[in-house]
Amino acid sequence: MAERTLVEAINECLHAELERDGDVLVMGEDVGRAGGVFRATAGLRDRFGPDRCVDTPLAEAGIMGTAVGLCMAGFRPVCEMQYDAFSYPSLDQLITHVGRYRWRTRGAMEFPITVRMPYGGGVRAPELHEDSPEAYYAHTPGVKVAIPSTPADAKGLLAAAIRSADPVVVLEPKLHYRTLRGEVPTGEHVVPLGKARVARAGDDVTLVAYGSMVHVCLAAAEALTPEGSAEVLDMRTLKPLDEEALLTSAAKTGRVVVVQEAPRFAGVGAEIAAVLAEKAILDLQGPVLRVTGFDVPFPYWKIEEAYLPSADRVLRAARRLLEF
Amino acid sequence: MAQVIPAEGDLRRVIGDGESVEDGEVEGLTDHDLIELYRGMVQLRTYDERSLVYHRQGRIGTYAIFWNHEAMQAGAAYALDREDWIFPSYRESAIGLLREMPASTILSWWRGHPAGWWNPLEFNVASICVPIATQIPHAAGLAWGKRLRRERSCALVFFGDGATSEGAFHEGANFAAVMRAPLILFCNNNYWAISTPVTEQTRADSLAAKAAGYGMPGVRVDGLDVLAVYEATRDALARARDGDGPTFIEAVSYRAAPHATADDPRAYIDEERVEEERRRECLGRYEGYLRRAGLLTDEMSVSIRGEAEERMREGIRAAEAEPDPDPTLVFEYAYAEGLPSFADDLAEIRALEHGDG
Repeated sequence: MAERTLVEAINECLHAELERDGDVLVMGEDVGRAGGVFRATAGLRDRFGPDRCVDTPLAEAGIMGTAVGLCMAGFRPVCEMQYDAFSYPSLDQLITHVGRYRWRTRGAMEFPITVRMPYGGGVRAPELHEDSPEAYYAHTPGVKVAIPSTPADAKGLLAAAIRSADPVVVLEPKLHYRTLRGEVPTGEHVVPLGKARVARAGDDVTLVAYGSMVHVCLAAAEALTPEGSAEVLDMRTLKPLDEEALLTSAAKTGRVVVVQEAPRFAGVGAEIAAVLAEKAILDLQGPVLRVTGFDVPFPYWKIEEAYLPSADRVLRAARRLLEF
Repeated sequence: MAQVIPAEGDLRRVIGDGESVEDGEVEGLTDHDLIELYRGMVQLRTYDERSLVYHRQGRIGTYAIFWNHEAMQAGAAYALDREDWIFPSYRESAIGLLREMPASTILSWWRGHPAGWWNPLEFNVASICVPIATQIPHAAGLAWGKRLRRERSCALVFFGDGATSEGAFHEGANFAAVMRAPLILFCNNNYWAISTPVTEQTRADSLAAKAAGYGMPGVRVDGLDVLAVYEATRDALARARDGDGPTFIEAVSYRAAPHATADDPRAYIDEERVEEERRRECLGRYEGYLRRAGLLTDEMSVSIRGEAEERMREGIRAAEAEPDPDPTLVFEYAYAEGLPSFADDLAEIRALEHGDG
């Protein structure tokens, strides 16, 4: 174990995976010489050369599209999208090809593409640098989605994504790239996709979250302590969703608040709430509540705090359930 | 650095007209090659004509017609080696015929049957790309990957004139050039993107002129001249193999048939021009060339056509003999490791199948 920031853990993972498997290559805008705008890919170009840590033309759909072809030539590309919202041009390739090509070949060919991107707000950045686009990805058939909340999981989930035969999108909470430190296993570390984590055990209410919202929920859980004991469930992977962990926790507490930073409508929180409505109705003491971003463009950053789900908002929802 | 050569004004052409324009020849092509090119064109023509009939008989679904595109498809494919990859659009759906793909496979694709979704690795032919131009970055990526692996194979990607308006064309062409990918961008400029003429796709003097912007050579050939197409592709392939990166080929033709079986071009097309184009269609032109050279007899022509027709008869027989696919196949292949929810979904389909619902 060693203490690392979240972005250091990602960097460590990339070094380890490129070392382990000669077919893995990293590609993206400014990932080589600059080591990525957040330095997630620092040192890779010097160590593995410009053909395995590739500075690409500035073209997100081109990155995703050529990655499909690289898979056909036997590579396992790890594509960096520089920011959440800059990934939107690549959705065309993701939806029309990345998620479908394996199916199209009846399983004869694999497309082990990993797409990494920093996501989320609270960083006082220009427009389109603070989005939470996970629902677009999670809704796409053929694609899996993971969102780590800790340095250890950032390393382990990324390793799992790179080793997965399926395309996996990994959204990394950029707010915590450098503000969060934690113990990270040294050497190879893989956190299997589809397994949630109880970030904090509790008995009275479950706060379900992923990515940066896990920390908001942990703060809310602390604040709730005199009144009730909150469990915080970190989903880690949105697709496949660990329904078992979700239902186990719901059965234990009988009350669930789902927290996401993304806009509310048709978000991943709605999916989680639907699973609970379908499969946990007899365990629930009250409605499943959502605390989410709003159905508006991510706001001017001077007022972003008003948009971002806060510990106070989560706390209010938890109290509402305890009093239901 | 790639050498940039200006687009040629006149279309490169080899086949004469038997009257005022003399026949040329392509250096290095043997009599055997010339007949094989003909055989390829006849296979494709027969496939296309029979498919239209099968569609009218309700035996295949909507079908994208490629009548009069055979010179481009057969000429380009013949220049490649078996190890080279072909990325077809839907207009080149039957290109696999030139690589021993059973006709039944392609017919099955147009019948919506899973037997039509071939293994690209078996033929070095990528899956049919239905959306426009998005296969170009794939071809660029594969070719780039082959270069990284120091393998000899190159890639050729087919797309139409309309595709050059798409972002994917631009990004794919640019990536290929920057990565010095051994790629041939083969643009089948048949003048029409469904109902929109190429004059409304671009203000460029030619589509090949766009190549200069990517730092790659752009050449224009007569797309109805199989020998000119072959030669241009062979030259581009030699550049690719030598490590000189991609080439853009604009093959100029004219779509003398509907875009697809669901299209009625009478609303937009000049029917006189279509009649004229049908008279100078590519297979007849090549047949004239071979006959003038004394290489093709009536007997050979009948035999080669008969072969192609038999392949189609066998193809449709085999396609129609495919058992109905198991509905639970909907869950197969989407993921290497499927979602946990598939188990319940599968059970529901099975229950409905057995009337237990």
